Amino acid sequence: MGVGIEVRGLNAWYGKNQSLNSIDMTVAANHVTAVIGPSGCGKSTYVRCLNRMHETIPEARAEGSVKVGEMDVYGSGSDPVEVRRRIGMVFQKPNPFPTMSIYDNVAAGLKLNGFRNRKQMNELVERSLKLAALWEEVKDNLHKKSGASLSGGQQQRLCIARALAVEPEVLLMDEPASALDPISTSKIEELIFQLKQHYTVVIVTHNMQQAARVAEFTAFFLMGSLIEYDKTEKIFTTPADKRTEDYITGRFG
Amino acid sequence: MRSRFQQGLDELKEKLLRMGGLAEQAIDRATEAYRTRDSKYCQMVLTGENAINEAEREIDELSLDLLAMQQPMAVDLRFILAVLKINANLERVGDQAVNIAQRVLDLISEPEVQLPVDVPRMADSVSTMVQRALEAFLDGKAEVAEAVLQMDGIVDRMKDEAFIVLVQKMHNEPTVTRAALNVLLISRNLERIADHATNIAEDVIFWVRGADVRHGGAHYRQ
Repeated sequence: MGVGIEVRGLNAWYGKNQSLNSIDMTVAANHVTAVIGPSGCGKSTYVRCLNRMHETIPEARAEGSVKVGEMDVYGSGSDPVEVRRRIGMVFQKPNPFPTMSIYDNVAAGLKLNGFRNRKQMNELVERSLKLAALWEEVKDNLHKKSGASLSGGQQQRLCIARALAVEPEVLLMDEPASALDPISTSKIEELIFQLKQHYTVVIVTHNMQQAARVAEFTAFFLMGSLIEYDKTEKIFTTPADKRTEDYITGRFG
Repeated sequence: MRSRFQQGLDELKEKLLRMGGLAEQAIDRATEAYRTRDSKYCQMVLTGENAINEAEREIDELSLDLLAMQQPMAVDLRFILAVLKINANLERVGDQAVNIAQRVLDLISEPEVQLPVDVPRMADSVSTMVQRALEAFLDGKAEVAEAVLQMDGIVDRMKDEAFIVLVQKMHNEPTVTRAALNVLLISRNLERIADHATNIAEDVIFWVRGADVRHGGAHYRQ
């Protein structure tokens, strides 16, 4: 099951440049929350802070409190590897391990976490591929085909399956469909909608129609600050803040 | 891209205002026909209906195009929805003007009778409501639209009074029944136009404020 996320006073920097200013935001468990905003507004930085990916960039750092369920992400005993297992991430460009088979791609995270039981691994791989709506398309070629041999849309679903295999509670998606054609995009969107039954999903997107289609809550970021955060219907029909309205109606700047 | 969209919105507004002008003209001509008992004005209303219907079609088409091609959001989305609803209301205003013109044609086919109803005064109030509602739309002024909502009660009362005095009149002087029925129907047509003006005003408030004020409430999205 998904868990909620509590963010309090989150600040982030790249070197001396502050890219997030004191973000307070509560993300509901088992819902899809979209993060929108112009380039450079801090939306990707924000989600990368949720699973401590931000600090993997040289000179990047974050401060503040992020609680994912009971886990204190920035607490003193927190282990970044465990954080990233529980909070999976899918990126803009599908990045399967190109020479590995489909099966090994999905199992990679499990193996990395020391998982050895073959039977259970088979089950987890199948379950993950089913959850990612890819099973039917690849089940006959799990070991024969490589990750790179799949289409872009299939590769992205493979990456989602890989993220799901380690049984996270939260799934972060940074522009997961922006490199895909409309049919693959709608498959991913349908999938996101299904996934919220099991996970809490946070999706960063430039495509506002996509946010409107998949997310129940939408957050608008601007220049490192959270400007407005509300139900998606409210944001896209009657936003409270003029800056939100200017952005979503394209009158920005 | 956006400026093309803005052009589309401006065009939509202009088309709707032009249609509003046609609807206002239809009310004024129908009223003039009643005042002067001149069938020429009735004919103008009847032939003018085509232009209103044509305008309705064009506005629907352009709205649909903008929704499909530009996927508007927030205030733009509310604007186009409001335009679509105002469009339908204006078309109905045109229909009501046609109904009045037909009643007037029937009225003037018989000798004139004096009836205790001031139709031109009622028509004047109704016409003012439509004008103000369109003004509110032109300037995006919710306060002007609110004033229109206040006027609806006045027109309702005028129609109720007309009903009482005309029934009384028919009862006392059965020979005027046909004329009295025509005037009763005209007052009802006018009252319906006032309702359409009210709807238009509500749509303007929805566009500008994002609030649903229909059916006597002020419903904001939570």
